[in-house]
Amino acid sequence: MRILVCLSNVPDTTTKVKFIDNLTKLDTGGIQWVINPWDELSLTRALELKDDAAHNIQQVTIAHVGLAGSEPTIRKALAIGADDAIRVNADPRDAYFVAAQLAEVIKINPYDIILCGIESSDYNGSTVGGMLAEFLGIPSVSSVSFLNIENGQVLIHREIDGGKEILTLPTPFVAIVQKGITKEPRIAAMRGIMMARTKPMKVTEPVATGPLTEVLKYELPKPHAACKFFDPEHPKQLVEMLQNEAKVI
Amino acid sequence: MSVLVFTENWDGKFKKLSFELVSYASKLAEMLNTSAIAMSIGTVADDELQKLGKYGAAKIIRATGEGMNILDNQTWVNSISDIAEKEKATVIVLSNNIMGKALAPRLSVRMKAGLGAGVSGLPKSTEPFVVYKKVFSGNAFADVLIRSEKKILTLSQNSFQLLEKPEVPEIMNVSVSLEAGAVKTQVKDVQKQTGKILLTDAEVVVSGGRGMKSPDNWGPLLELAELLGAATACSRPVSDEGWRPHEEHTGQTGKIIAPNLYFAFGISGATQHLAGVSSSKFIVAINSDKDAPIFEAAQYGIVGDAIKILPKLIEAVKEIKGK
Ligand SMILES: Cc1cc2nc3c(=O)[nH]c(=O)nc-3n(C[C@H](O)[C@H](O)[C@H](O)COP(=O)(O)OP(=O)(O)OC[C@H]3O[C@@H](n4cnc5c(N)ncnc54)[C@H](O)[C@@H]3O)c2cc1C
Repeated sequence: MRILVCLSNVPDTTTKVKFIDNLTKLDTGGIQWVINPWDELSLTRALELKDDAAHNIQQVTIAHVGLAGSEPTIRKALAIGADDAIRVNADPRDAYFVAAQLAEVIKINPYDIILCGIESSDYNGSTVGGMLAEFLGIPSVSSVSFLNIENGQVLIHREIDGGKEILTLPTPFVAIVQKGITKEPRIAAMRGIMMARTKPMKVTEPVATGPLTEVLKYELPKPHAACKFFDPEHPKQLVEMLQNEAKVI
Repeated sequence: MSVLVFTENWDGKFKKLSFELVSYASKLAEMLNTSAIAMSIGTVADDELQKLGKYGAAKIIRATGEGMNILDNQTWVNSISDIAEKEKATVIVLSNNIMGKALAPRLSVRMKAGLGAGVSGLPKSTEPFVVYKKVFSGNAFADVLIRSEKKILTLSQNSFQLLEKPEVPEIMNVSVSLEAGAVKTQVKDVQKQTGKILLTDAEVVVSGGRGMKSPDNWGPLLELAELLGAATACSRPVSDEGWRPHEEHTGQTGKIIAPNLYFAFGISGATQHLAGVSSSKFIVAINSDKDAPIFEAAQYGIVGDAIKILPKLIEAVKEIKGK
């Protein structure tokens, strides 16, 4: 069995994002780029499954759509333990475009389990995984908080409102993973970092398609009025304000 | 032309979220000089469906069929896209909740319709079609142009007001017949809590962070939540430590919520936490550190020991609510 982990390269969430060219472009200067947190979790889960010889997983591959600038992030994923990586050499213009490129990669070289994160922390779309599955015409399960292989069968927990469903499905499929899929993201050890340098990273050129959407302009959050402080000894004033001014209770 | 709105039902019932969606779709239909058509999959009684008419659904489609009672993304998307074709829908609206996130991306590819995911209001313009949404986990917003002729929008929860626009909709039944083996996802078991207010539905949320010091201090926090009819939440370290269940973890890697009121007790307000709660209409922070970043996101605050303030706050709520 082979697992593909789709990886998005995103600014660290603590980065204060800034925009240039009249607020039409992200200012990439000074940004710390990281593996999208959910993709880090799905990679970790893929490696955990591979560690168990009983599952007979031969390969965990990283797929990424992005320009050469994202190679350090891909190398990091290889250092964490992925076997190899495929980078589609294109600016990830929108989710539809990215999913279309990933689908081409998989059509040429099929995988049994394809993992995507519930969203990428930049455009917060929660969209690539489902789109990819549709391009491939294979099943998708989203909000996956647990994934295991038991007696050769895939077992998944899918979050629903107020609980979860426990389900199975045949491979190949796309699982869109979220919190719970694993505890802590795995970090690269020194040996992994050394090995990552020589692991295969294939670069392919994009196919002509989409995008269907385009960001026209960014806006920074409006600074809101300063916080109004209340006396810790008399929180009654606060409650009165919540009722009469804010009208939220 | 029409605007099709997918209204999820929970064991045959709709929620406020469903009415928000229909209100949104009907306003959008007005902008496009057309009408809003609502659809639901599964068994929903006529009188429940009629409720959607109150918010402007001009027609309601009920799709039922054997095998359609559990969510299988592919078969459901088939059904929605068939209906969208027949109704000549140019825009399809879904919620940006668990269900919407499962279906909208597939629909987008199926219909070659650009997806505006997690929009928080009506389009800024319809020609060109420009929507407004949160990006970078709430650290910025963006105007996004959708170029394709057909569009899919998922609406963030609690971001659109209910608007009454009574219609007397006709109910149309569509029966879906699935080929053998069409349903790939096999649900073996469902584990569900009932009777609790869901965090994602709650209008008021009472949340605690590491500043609450110990799980033993949660009693008053739960009492306050009960008094306010609120759901409870927590920061990530609190659920990581096992002080509170994982379902309560809010933030970038947990639940993203948008209640009318969010109480943060002993939460520092890290960007990753704010990413999940910054769409709250009102944030009240109680923190012993006057420089805690949570106060930059809060409208009201108290600097002090949360554990000492909670009992006084409870008394005050009892007094004021009791009146
Ligand atoms: C990739 C990534 C993803 C993350 N995702 C999330 C996420 O989804 N959600 C999340 O919450 N965090 C997330 N985090 C963690 C986040 O960065 C913070 O560490 C976390 O939110 C801090 O939780 P806290 O505010 O409860 O605790 P602390 O940061 O320890 O803050 C405790 C606060 O309580 C105050 N305090 C102490 N005692 C009292 C008292 N007696 N009364 C009142 N106040 C008191 C302190 O002044 C302090 O401000 C993530 C981190 C990373 C790296």
